Amino acid sequence: MQKLLLLGDEAIAQGAIDAGMSGIYAYPGTPSTEITEYVMHSKEAKSGKVVASWGANEKTAMEAALGMSYAGKRAMVCMKHVGLNVAADAFVNSAITGANGGLIVVAADDPSMHSSQNEQDSRFYGKFALIPILEPGNQQEAYDMVHYGFELSEKYRIPVLMRITTRLAHSRSGVARREVREQNEIKLPENLKQFILLPANARRQYKGLLNSQAAYILESEKSPYNVLLDHSDKKMGLIACGLAYNYLIENFDDHKVPHPVLRIGQYPLPEKQIRDLYETCDSLLILEDGYPLVEELIRGFMNNGKPVKGRLDGTIPRDGELNPNIIARALGLPDEHGRDIPAIVSSRPPSLCKGCPHIYSYNALNEALLTAGKGRVFSDIGCYTLGALEPFDAINSCVDMGASITMAKGAADAGLVPAVAVIGDSTFTHSGMTGLLDAVISKSPITVIILDNATTAMTGGQDSSALGKIEDIVAALGVEKDHIRILNPLQKHHEENLAVMKEELAYQGVSVVIPRRECIQTVTRRMRETKKQQLTEKSEA
Amino acid sequence: MKKDIILAGVGGQGILSIAATIGTAALSKGLFLKQAEVHGMSQRGGDVQSNLRISDREIASDLIPMGKADMIISVEPMESLRYLPMLSPNGWLITNIKPYINIRNYPEMDKLMAEIESQPRHIAMDADEIARQMGSPKSANMVILGAASPFLDIDYESLQNAIRTIFRKKGDEIVQVNLDALQAGRDFAMSKMN
Repeated sequence: MQKLLLLGDEAIAQGAIDAGMSGIYAYPGTPSTEITEYVMHSKEAKSGKVVASWGANEKTAMEAALGMSYAGKRAMVCMKHVGLNVAADAFVNSAITGANGGLIVVAADDPSMHSSQNEQDSRFYGKFALIPILEPGNQQEAYDMVHYGFELSEKYRIPVLMRITTRLAHSRSGVARREVREQNEIKLPENLKQFILLPANARRQYKGLLNSQAAYILESEKSPYNVLLDHSDKKMGLIACGLAYNYLIENFDDHKVPHPVLRIGQYPLPEKQIRDLYETCDSLLILEDGYPLVEELIRGFMNNGKPVKGRLDGTIPRDGELNPNIIARALGLPDEHGRDIPAIVSSRPPSLCKGCPHIYSYNALNEALLTAGKGRVFSDIGCYTLGALEPFDAINSCVDMGASITMAKGAADAGLVPAVAVIGDSTFTHSGMTGLLDAVISKSPITVIILDNATTAMTGGQDSSALGKIEDIVAALGVEKDHIRILNPLQKHHEENLAVMKEELAYQGVSVVIPRRECIQTVTRRMRETKKQQLTEKSEA
Repeated sequence: MKKDIILAGVGGQGILSIAATIGTAALSKGLFLKQAEVHGMSQRGGDVQSNLRISDREIASDLIPMGKADMIISVEPMESLRYLPMLSPNGWLITNIKPYINIRNYPEMDKLMAEIESQPRHIAMDADEIARQMGSPKSANMVILGAASPFLDIDYESLQNAIRTIFRKKGDEIVQVNLDALQAGRDFAMSKMN
């Protein structure tokens, strides 16, 4: 069969479809978004054979996937690394309940923070929850590991975490498919108390999870994804996790590394292979994208064994994504590079698109706040975070999904009035609603601006759960009707928009201003698709 | 055979259409390929690049090592220079010279051109102008690909077939426009090399 040219994300999606997955749930987040999008565009999803849906947030997605697993079918849930923080309650407890149908949680980490607020390492979550982790090293493995992961999940009735990073998620390569496996039939858990985490049950379940740890280690030791490659130069042994192995072998002719190398693609760590490597080599160098998880474990608190090098001793930089050059430096190999970047080259940060509705919302807000002064605008995660940059310089915070409203409330409680929250429509239904309820209950004097562009724009225009519902939600949460104001963010409405914002900033209670106009990207795409459709109809006529 | 290519531009300029064409041609020749792309925040008018690696042997890293790229193909002049540390001393810089100015401190054009001209091996063209003169202003990226085609180690016919495959759905007219743009870019590069 001809290989498919797939992004790492797409390889996971195709793997899941072919492995008999019945449902995929997610909230969009770079670099994980394309997994769910790929499934959504598949014929399996379009025909209704596979459920593919965006949840309001990662927690609802995680729980829906757990529910599908409860019913005996294979399910996947996908999120970016920080999304796992949102889903953490469900995620950690799913390790205690265990799974029924195969359950894979995909967390896409973003080392170097290409599109994120931090570079947290999801492997720690897997370790914390005491479940197996898979870390593919290339697109083919990403595909194969989904099959393997569902089998592992069903064998031990445990969720499996698949950890990928931006580089794999957004890099394309050839992938060979396998035979398609049929989906599972509905089959309830054998023990109907499995998912009831009342203390008495939870203690029993937790002991079961602890007792399974040895078996998970054994699985890792015989895993095809943990391979010890023996080579003659034992002055140093290498442990290379996931993509790090590729960067390592890139540095050697014919990809032949002179030192023993242990490739890691499955956790918990394979104890036997680690011991073998440690005992036969004079020192170890640990190569891993993300935090020094493996390095810390092997080095230990006392660090009194053989030398263990990596991110902790500075052999590898403590932060940022790995690449072939970083590993070349760590190995003392020549670190070449071409000419320097000429001094005239300026940085080109991302910016709001021409015609973006947020531009006009920020222009009005900045002017409305002239008398109150700067430093009062709490914002959130989305395209509008670019309002922090020139020429707007309009916002003062970006922390986590939904934090705009609650931080504005806290600041207003402290006496910073007016305090403003700026949040997008999709972020509002993700994690803003509960915070708004808090503000309403305590009658905090805050102005919440919900920028409604009718989509989840930053990640490429996925459906927003808030579509057509914002005023109703806001009113139902208790915001007074007179203080729910809808604006049309266009230059020609600037004066009236400014007047409304000034009125609401002056109001000593919770007010919600909703500048509403569709994202310029989704409008353009919709127009292009309409045109294409007309052309097809014309040619068919 | 190995070609490591940096594709450069600004988010929204469509560098991935060049990558897709080279990729399709490479696959048709049974070559290995890896292509790292930029998705997410930078796509909003920021600098974007793609690492495209083609080889007749298995490829390890998704990222090209610094100083090892065989060419930089850029659809924007300033962006072509951002990736010079990636370029091998023998590598080619192939770039559009039509600037995309969405920042306040964009360098002066004569200084920018001087930097490009100082590169030992370069092809610089106003691809937008060439495409406009041909009556197909949207095919500037194919002009640039055409200018890169003599250095790709993929036969020209395979590139033409890739364009036919990719644009087939859009009709014969669009296919021809893109084939012509490819040829115009190739002719330009050939004239500079002689």
